[in-house]
Amino acid sequence: MTEKKQVRIEDALPGAGEVKRPYTAADFDSDVDFARDDFDEGLDLSDLDTEPMLVNIGPTHPATHGTFRVYCHLEGERIMRAGVDVGYLHRGFEKIVETKNYTQVIPYTDRLNYCSGLTNNVAYCKAVERMLGIEVPERTQYIRVIIMEIQRIMDHMICVGANIVDIGALTNFWYFFNARERLNDVLEALTGARLTYSYVRVGGLAWDLPDGWRDRVKATIKEIPKAIRDVRGLVAKNRIFQDRTMGVGVISKEDAVSYGWTGPCLRGSGSDLDLRKVRPYYHYNEFDFDVPVGANGDVYDRAMVRVAEMEESLRIIEQALDRLPGGPINVDDKRVVLPPKQKVHTTMEALINHFKLIIEGICPPPGRVYDATETPNGELGFYIISDGRGGPYRIKVRPPCFYLMNTLKYLIEGAMVADIVAILGGLNIIAGELDR
Amino acid sequence: MTNPETAKHDAIVDEVRSAFGDALLDVDRSYDDLALVVEKAAVHSVLAHLRDARQCDLLLDIAGVDCMDLPESRTRFELEYILYSIPTDVRVRVRVPVPEDDMDVATATDLWQSANWGEREAYEMFGFNFVGHPCLKRLLTHHEFQGHPLRKDYPVMGGQWCTTTSDMTEDLEERQGGVPK
Repeated sequence: MTEKKQVRIEDALPGAGEVKRPYTAADFDSDVDFARDDFDEGLDLSDLDTEPMLVNIGPTHPATHGTFRVYCHLEGERIMRAGVDVGYLHRGFEKIVETKNYTQVIPYTDRLNYCSGLTNNVAYCKAVERMLGIEVPERTQYIRVIIMEIQRIMDHMICVGANIVDIGALTNFWYFFNARERLNDVLEALTGARLTYSYVRVGGLAWDLPDGWRDRVKATIKEIPKAIRDVRGLVAKNRIFQDRTMGVGVISKEDAVSYGWTGPCLRGSGSDLDLRKVRPYYHYNEFDFDVPVGANGDVYDRAMVRVAEMEESLRIIEQALDRLPGGPINVDDKRVVLPPKQKVHTTMEALINHFKLIIEGICPPPGRVYDATETPNGELGFYIISDGRGGPYRIKVRPPCFYLMNTLKYLIEGAMVADIVAILGGLNIIAGELDR
Repeated sequence: MTNPETAKHDAIVDEVRSAFGDALLDVDRSYDDLALVVEKAAVHSVLAHLRDARQCDLLLDIAGVDCMDLPESRTRFELEYILYSIPTDVRVRVRVPVPEDDMDVATATDLWQSANWGEREAYEMFGFNFVGHPCLKRLLTHHEFQGHPLRKDYPVMGGQWCTTTSDMTEDLEERQGGVPK
């Protein structure tokens, strides 16, 4: 097992140590809520006739990247109190899956975090496989690692790119989206889809890698570091970006844990919790990669943790491509995997097997399991109850950004109106996952 | 291969059993996981004990379950708290049987901030009444929505026509201790 190593964001930046911070986490432990309260000092506003202003933002707003509503009570530009309303994209995922069989749930999971559908596919199938007590073949494990890490890069590109757009820098977005488009082409060649992939199956994958796909990925991921370098060079030491993000939306590690944060947002506050390291699955313990952590828990650190994570994901993909073994992609288990079509047409047993799997579905033994995967946003958990039938009795999804969104109210109270979009973008709220 | 968590689970079970005695109704160790089934009256003290004595600092999720069609369950509903301890790397679930005629459960919002929305979701989907919650109102469904949609007796296609917009005054007034600095 590789050594668990932390990389501080500031050390990973070009010209380490040169980044000057206007605020550090220590500034926010004082009695004053936000260091910006200094603005009001020395001004006597007591006889000024003011009235509170109530501003509604959303449910649809270009900067919310999804449908939810923020309601603010303002004094000047300062948010005194805020309310957050979610649920505009609630589609009843947990209700509808109770009427489906286990395989039919997979396309629904694509629509949770739609920026990284394959990761959700894998997370769900991994949970069901654990219920069935099966382990997928080596080749499938490596392919799953590769597609999950590609999706992690793509998800971070959207999050960081959109975050920077929201605070006024459009160029970076195109640098990231050029690179992301290349990755999208790679996944399209593999799955035939560009957004809702549904490529993973319980017990394996829908089909094996197409010819030449491995070399294509190898060639493609060589283009990604340039995009990361470009964006990092434009924003990491950019005074405007730093002013808008450093010391904004600060949350301490203890508070973040109490609010149920996981993933890159928690690591931005200084925790090194990463399920790929602490509870390795699919040979993650054999890959050489580091876990980037921030120190200040502000928007800047969260963005830079994501940027650094992209580079780590590239390292994992390279190693996984080199070690990709041959062999079958599906488990040899009649309870789970459909027999080959040729056999269905020629043998009685395979025909019965096919019929039973289609009509009854996969039937895990009665029981309950909670299984979690490190997705780009944090810990995506599936709590599944089986009553022995061919469909789930209950699936509870633990979406990472549900608990990030819970915190938004407290992060924006006391901040400026313009900080809302910076904080929101840094949390990477995906409404599909938030509302299910 | 033995699970490295098993020894930690043993220790937790022994400790909770000695501290709470009969309030620990059952222990579910299936799939190498640990789920403690505890009495509703003792749930808050068990959760507080796990947080303080066993360093379960992360409340991952609160899952409500309608056990109407589950043969082995004692009560109509169950609540499942999914906890994780970052320092000791242990995942523990706490399962609470809740009868249909008495759905009051003590809130965990004083222990973890994440319980706020977790409990609101369990309330709207199943109707659990979390006593002491600072703002127990609907979260994902519309504020005019009637009933609890994840109950097994709620029809899958049971859509409702809701028209007005919430003025969100309650959300503005909601206060909970421990606002991050």
